[in-house]
Amino acid sequence: MSIVIETQELTKKFGAFTAVDHISFSVEKGEIFGFLGANGAGKTTAMRMLCGLSKPTSGKGFVAGYNIEKESEMVKKNIGYMSQKFSLYEDLKVWENIRLYAGIYGVDGKLIPRKTDETLSKIGLSGEKNSMVKELPLGWKQKLAFSVAILHEPRIVFLDEPTGGVDPITRRQFWEMIYEATERGITVFVTTHYMDEAEYCSRVSIMVDGRIDALDTPHNLRTQFSAQNMDEVFRRLARKAKRMDT
Amino acid sequence: MKTISQFLAFVKKEFYHIFRDTRTMLIIIGIPVIQILIIGFAISTEVKNVKIAVYDPSNDISTQKIINRLSSSDHFLFVQHLKSTEEVEGVFKKGKIGMAIIFGSNFNEHLLHTGEASVQLIADATDPNQGLVATVYASSIIADYQQELMQALEIPIQIIPEIRMLYNPEMRSAYNFVPGLMGMIFMLICAMMTSVAIVREKETGTMEVLLTSPVKPIYIIISKMVPYFIISWFIFIIILLMSVFVLKVPVSGSLLWLNVFTLIFIVVALSLGLFISTMVNTQVAAILFSGMGLIMPVMIFSGFIFPIESMPKILQYFSCIIPARWFISGARKLMIEDVEVRYVLKEMFILTGMAIGILVVSLKNFKTRLE
Repeated sequence: MSIVIETQELTKKFGAFTAVDHISFSVEKGEIFGFLGANGAGKTTAMRMLCGLSKPTSGKGFVAGYNIEKESEMVKKNIGYMSQKFSLYEDLKVWENIRLYAGIYGVDGKLIPRKTDETLSKIGLSGEKNSMVKELPLGWKQKLAFSVAILHEPRIVFLDEPTGGVDPITRRQFWEMIYEATERGITVFVTTHYMDEAEYCSRVSIMVDGRIDALDTPHNLRTQFSAQNMDEVFRRLARKAKRMDT
Repeated sequence: MKTISQFLAFVKKEFYHIFRDTRTMLIIIGIPVIQILIIGFAISTEVKNVKIAVYDPSNDISTQKIINRLSSSDHFLFVQHLKSTEEVEGVFKKGKIGMAIIFGSNFNEHLLHTGEASVQLIADATDPNQGLVATVYASSIIADYQQELMQALEIPIQIIPEIRMLYNPEMRSAYNFVPGLMGMIFMLICAMMTSVAIVREKETGTMEVLLTSPVKPIYIIISKMVPYFIISWFIFIIILLMSVFVLKVPVSGSLLWLNVFTLIFIVVALSLGLFISTMVNTQVAAILFSGMGLIMPVMIFSGFIFPIESMPKILQYFSCIIPARWFISGARKLMIEDVEVRYVLKEMFILTGMAIGILVVSLKNFKTRLE
């Protein structure tokens, strides 16, 4: 197995506040890496550094083999990103959004129409090709946003709370899409609040106050903390947090 | 090649955003048209019922005939006789009259014996256009009388109207409104719209996604500016056409240079919008900033409404940092005064410098701010 994400003592400070505190971990190709933590634990900041949106204060990080600080252009070419907020354009039609992102990631113009149809039929939205995105229900939008994020076949896709506010059935379908993506060799780096989702991950890291307090497979974590489920593991760790919920 | 198609994909998207938002479209196209029309009525050259007062120490046949003709025209309304010239100021200040007519003594006698007599027309030029038009009408009525008298008498005579403008001796013509209005509209459309368009993407979160993509931030920014640049140019042409055909403002200068000059100003306004978008994170703040920080100063300090020359020195210096001040002064010269382009080089250089300066600062700011 090859390593696609690696960090060494990665740190981000905002003034006196240390949002991410010397975290080191690595993610292997094809993994679903769950990134858990309470609000304000530093998940989003860590993810933003890995995506090249934010510069680390100290420490190193490599994504797809490229240094996140010095080679962020190359990093960006190899990743997909789905932000916490809805990341498609509400006032563009479904196909226009796909076309735009395909264009941004340099997908060959001739391939775009075919890719669009494939993507839409895969998520069952072929009939909505000409709808405005704002008219779609949230669950559909999230599925569409995910398809768009992996349209250019990135090596890694970063998902920042992709299923927030989505109903259980759609969440289930969403995770099926994630599995399908990993079968194609895409590594998934996902943050979530839902502990049942944490069970779906290959490995899970739990952040508390900017540090990674636990990192293992869900099964091992449950054994380690002699807990029934991930929810219990999480609550045990998160209780130690000193930071206020933000 | 790839970058160009990426860039075009972006520009296209921006146009979609604009054209699908009917409210924005109405603002963009509606405001200039409405403003031009409103101002068009405001600078209507039709002047009617200007109240006049007369000081007529001669009280002879000629002065009476002139007074009768003035009073019987639609343009003037005879209000009162004045007993002395000292009264003139008083009646003006009370707002009783719009024009005073002061005849010399022994008007008719002078006219017949020396062939020359003078009459003074004093107009209230608080509204410069009305003041000017009133004196023009009065002069032409007097000239008509002179013409008739000359034919009857068969000797050369001349009545010399001596015109004085009260309160606004510079006669800032209302034509100045068109360049001023353009200054304001471009600030509104370019600066406000660009800043809102960029900040909106920050608010909705799409900006984050764009920044994790391989597209360089500079392309994101430029693609935001291109549609507004094109739309502004289009609006500029609408304003020009309306000025010429609706308002009958003569556009006498070089069209080429007027365009070049305006486009430079549009770039300044766009960069200001970009600058604002790097400072704020919400659309409301962007609107407030551009409204209070750009449009108000344009109205007050650009010379659009209040003449810069009559401001206190310190405000005059302050007005120098308002880009619209230079635009209005240059556009006025190019449009109305029909001067050669070398007379607006100063304005052009200042605006170009401002554009480069603001652009550099905001591009630097843009990158760091989104971290």
